[in-house]
Amino acid sequence: MHAPANSALLENPFAKRRSHRETYEFLVKSVLRGATYVILFATAAIFLHIIVKGSPILFQAKAPFINTEFLTKLPETLHVLEDKQGHIYKTDPKGADAIKHQLGDNLRQEKTISYSGGGILGPIVGTFLLVLVCIVVALFLGISSAIYLSEYAKPGKFIEWVRLAILNLAGVPSVVFGLFGLGVFVLAAPVFTNTPMDRALLVIPLGFTQMSFQGWDTSVLSGAFTLAFVILPVIITASEECLRAVPMGFRETSLALGATRWQTIWRSVLPFAMPGILTSSILGIARAAGETAPIMFTAALAFKDKLPWQGEAGLGGVFTESVQALPYHIYTLAARIPQNEYSERAQYGSVFVFLVLVMTLATASVLLRRKLRAKYKW
Amino acid sequence: MTQTVAPPSVSSSSSSSVAASSATTQPLLKINEVDFAYGARQTLFGVNMGIAQREVTAFIGPSGCGKSTLLRCINRINDMIEGARITKGNITLGNVDINHPDLDVIALRRKVGMVFQKYNPFPRSIFENVAYGLEVAGMKNKKVIAETVERSLRSATLWEEVKDRLHESALGLSGGQQQRLCIARTLSVRPEVVLMDEPCAALDPIATAKIEELIHQLKKDYTIVIVTHNMEQAVRVSDKTAFFYLGKLIEFNNTMTLFSTPENEQTERYLSGRMG
Repeated sequence: MHAPANSALLENPFAKRRSHRETYEFLVKSVLRGATYVILFATAAIFLHIIVKGSPILFQAKAPFINTEFLTKLPETLHVLEDKQGHIYKTDPKGADAIKHQLGDNLRQEKTISYSGGGILGPIVGTFLLVLVCIVVALFLGISSAIYLSEYAKPGKFIEWVRLAILNLAGVPSVVFGLFGLGVFVLAAPVFTNTPMDRALLVIPLGFTQMSFQGWDTSVLSGAFTLAFVILPVIITASEECLRAVPMGFRETSLALGATRWQTIWRSVLPFAMPGILTSSILGIARAAGETAPIMFTAALAFKDKLPWQGEAGLGGVFTESVQALPYHIYTLAARIPQNEYSERAQYGSVFVFLVLVMTLATASVLLRRKLRAKYKW
Repeated sequence: MTQTVAPPSVSSSSSSSVAASSATTQPLLKINEVDFAYGARQTLFGVNMGIAQREVTAFIGPSGCGKSTLLRCINRINDMIEGARITKGNITLGNVDINHPDLDVIALRRKVGMVFQKYNPFPRSIFENVAYGLEVAGMKNKKVIAETVERSLRSATLWEEVKDRLHESALGLSGGQQQRLCIARTLSVRPEVVLMDEPCAALDPIATAKIEELIHQLKKDYTIVIVTHNMEQAVRVSDKTAFFYLGKLIEFNNTMTLFSTPENEQTERYLSGRMG
């Protein structure tokens, strides 16, 4: 062993010098890693902020640990009263009258904050209904047209144009979809009625009743159809990919066994494409749940004091009534009312609940997909 | 490998010659001057042959010679391909033109079953795979389905191996078993003709031997047309052999004659490995 003679701090003599190419490689890797961390940081920041601020509103220390009031009451105006000793009372309109009466001259001031009291049952129910109807409409229309495009349609110029049109649909801004929904579903879609409205575009007598193109009004149905159209391009494109991924051999075998085209699709193509179709539909459906612009002209109200089935239409109201919806409620709370320390509760609470809802939806779909995939894998 | 299949090959060739002689009078399948094209690309040129009942007919020839195309014409599975059609001539099955506009193609496919090159059972249970053909035909009777599944699996010599796990996934079987399952599935609808498109191409020698043995047994009840790249296999399993080259039928004769004394020079060159 020859120890270095003159210096104890000599660099490792066996270390390989970093070449130019290695430095370059290291730089590229660092940039890519940095970009990933930026995204990670942003996501973590958003989620943590919402969880930290929102979870105290939904959860509480004593049984049943969940703030049931926030989930089971409709939104209402929050009244904040302050007496001359500095005590603060937060209450609903009825409570405010009682406290005012009790305090008499002792009342220093009263503040009212719209929509920030009570709970958010209305928006939760509304979003649930919109998403549910939207899933049914979007999956039915989307999968049907994907099947037609990939299994039946003759390949050619026309079909290429149809595909291009569908892809372009994905680039249309959601507010345009909202206005489209307003024009088509709210004002022009056909309904069966004996007494057509004056504004109906066209009335076709059918004998026993009349078909009137007068629209579905602002309703769950109008909103859900509009949302369905927003996510259709995603669902069609993804479904077509999944159908094409099913081996040609399954189709040939099935036909060779004497199955019809539709039997082949129904029994030997669709079941094997379904896990993939559902996976990609998750993204679309989560997006539909969060869209604000398409529903604001077609389904959502800033405030409504009744649940959809409590109106005149009874249970049918789940389709025909207008509703409150979480994304629109969040928008209302954030942009339509004066901000102060009392409005935060409803704001963060709504956002937190909304986040949990969307995540539940996604988890459910993932579980469903896993179950299907275990059953039909090849 | 050759040794394992030699005994059945010998025993059945004697029985087949009896069957062949009784059937040669009127071929079951007749291919009359068939031209076939994928769009503008013609792949078959004036193919003319008769396939006798309860015989094994082998199609051989280099890749792209049109033998699989012709096979796929017989049950009209080529209808799936856009622009693929017979441009001249016709194919008759028992004197019925299979491309006649009034012909029920579903009924034709029940009569003419097909086994594909890559064994491709559905990712379902063994039972469901075999029952598929009956179910799409609208059979609801559970007892009949169960009996048919057992009969088909027995015919495909698979029953003993799978009878205890009928409801497990078909994908858990070995390659050879999967291919025999596909044969059982084809037999379940009682076809008259069984088309096999290189059924052993993806199998190991032992599994291949089992399939070849099975073909010998099936010959008693079914008319079999097999496309193969393996010339020893053609010798082992078939009664008649057709040699195709560049979309034309070059030579069609008894297998033994064709392989021992080919009449055509191209056949001779192919068989001796100097072409293709």
